[in-house]
Amino acid sequence: MIIPHPYLGPRDSCEFVYKGDAALLFRPEREDPVDYDTFHNYLYLRNNPAGEHKELWYHEYGDRSWLVITRNTETHEILKVELAVDYLKAQENGN
Amino acid sequence: MKYSALKIFLEGLSGNQGWKKAWREPDPKKEYDIIIIGGGGHGLSTAYYLSNVYNINNIAVLEKGWIGSGNIGRNTTIIRSNYLLPENEPFYEFSLKLWEGLEQDTNYNSMVSQRGVINIFHSDAQRDAAVRRGNAMLLSGADATLLDENALKNLCPYLDFENARFPVKGALMQKRGGTVRHDAVAWGYARGADKKGVDIIQNCEVEDFIIKNGVCSGVVTSKGKIHAKKVASCVAGSSSKVMSKANMRLPIESHVLQAFVSEGLKPILSNVITFGAGHFYVSQSDKGGLVFGGDIDGYNSYAQRGNLPVVEDVCEGGMAIMPMIGRARLLRMWGGIMDMSMDGSPFIDRTHIGGLYFNGGWCYGGFKATPASGYCYAHLLATDTPHPVAKGYTLNRFKLGHLIDEKGVGAQPNLH
Repeated sequence: MIIPHPYLGPRDSCEFVYKGDAALLFRPEREDPVDYDTFHNYLYLRNNPAGEHKELWYHEYGDRSWLVITRNTETHEILKVELAVDYLKAQENGN
Repeated sequence: MKYSALKIFLEGLSGNQGWKKAWREPDPKKEYDIIIIGGGGHGLSTAYYLSNVYNINNIAVLEKGWIGSGNIGRNTTIIRSNYLLPENEPFYEFSLKLWEGLEQDTNYNSMVSQRGVINIFHSDAQRDAAVRRGNAMLLSGADATLLDENALKNLCPYLDFENARFPVKGALMQKRGGTVRHDAVAWGYARGADKKGVDIIQNCEVEDFIIKNGVCSGVVTSKGKIHAKKVASCVAGSSSKVMSKANMRLPIESHVLQAFVSEGLKPILSNVITFGAGHFYVSQSDKGGLVFGGDIDGYNSYAQRGNLPVVEDVCEGGMAIMPMIGRARLLRMWGGIMDMSMDGSPFIDRTHIGGLYFNGGWCYGGFKATPASGYCYAHLLATDTPHPVAKGYTLNRFKLGHLIDEKGVGAQPNLH
């Protein structure tokens, strides 16, 4: 797979480390009253969709940026690439 | 019809005109006692043991495509029981014992070949780990043999013992491990279940569950509604997809694992060799091809095909440990979808929905588990209690902290 990096252009996916579902960005706060189920669901359960999937990739052998990539898990087609910080900001503004 | 050497001889005399189809092609009934979703190895073995051991015959196996078209037809055919943890080792040893009697049980030639599985180590620390694992295996009634460098040289003189990065110092061997003809496993179980009256329904996709007041009473399929007292999902890589129709999220990610076959060669490998440090394992099929594989690609996928960097990595691993295969050409490669769980271990459990059962999370190790998975799932379905060797495989173990993490890498499925 070739990943179109927002700053560096097309890069081989070998340069990246895969972390998983981008939902991992939204960790329940430690300060919140302990809600065991919420944290269990965050840590262990996944949507694991067949089709569009937002996921975290880390450019370890590159500029060490965290990316959120929207990719089709049935075709491996990459639909969108954004910096994780930009994605987070957009999500927060959306909320 | 019972298969035997005499039968083959007699059929040969009459032009092989007397062979019958090994299983029927029935239309689904309105209702069954148990519906099994997924006509792969695990689903068919579940149906086989339900009908042959637990005497429940009013069963349908629903398969979206044709039986055996998923991972049972895509794996590298290795059987072994060399696990470490007490929740795993007795289960896999139970499975290996079932493999040993499989052909007599099912009256089907599955070509079970106990040629020995060799796990190579390269350092003192790895030898210690191998000894510990071997002892855990012995404690569960399995066999394990520690081979020093010379003993391994006698068995496999072609390994690169002087490898600069991973010098070969010996191996842990399980002599009872080996390979099995994978498709024949599905066919043998299908034939044995069908004989007892199990309906195997192909080209029948489950589109939804019928759930009312927290109880599942059947499924909606491409061939209409089918009711059942119990519905049992058994669909490996598609687990999340199927269970999402019951609004369940699972501790599973689906990943692609590639496998490879070289062109046919004269007999050169008499065992299964695994080179864990280099992500490479290999055996030789009876047709002569080297059957080998390595790591999963590492990203969520339902594509049944992988990417080239992993092909290169696997072939490099092969060249590193076994330079003699460098001239062999790659003939075929393919991918299968692994239901990678959060601790690398499987599930055989009831769900929170009444009458709905789940079997999955086999990661890349489902093939060797096929008999025991089916047996234990049948036990659970028939008795509503877990089989003694599968007690640990619950869905709520993450909540309780009872993880079964052989590698100790935590909730990162692509590292298991």
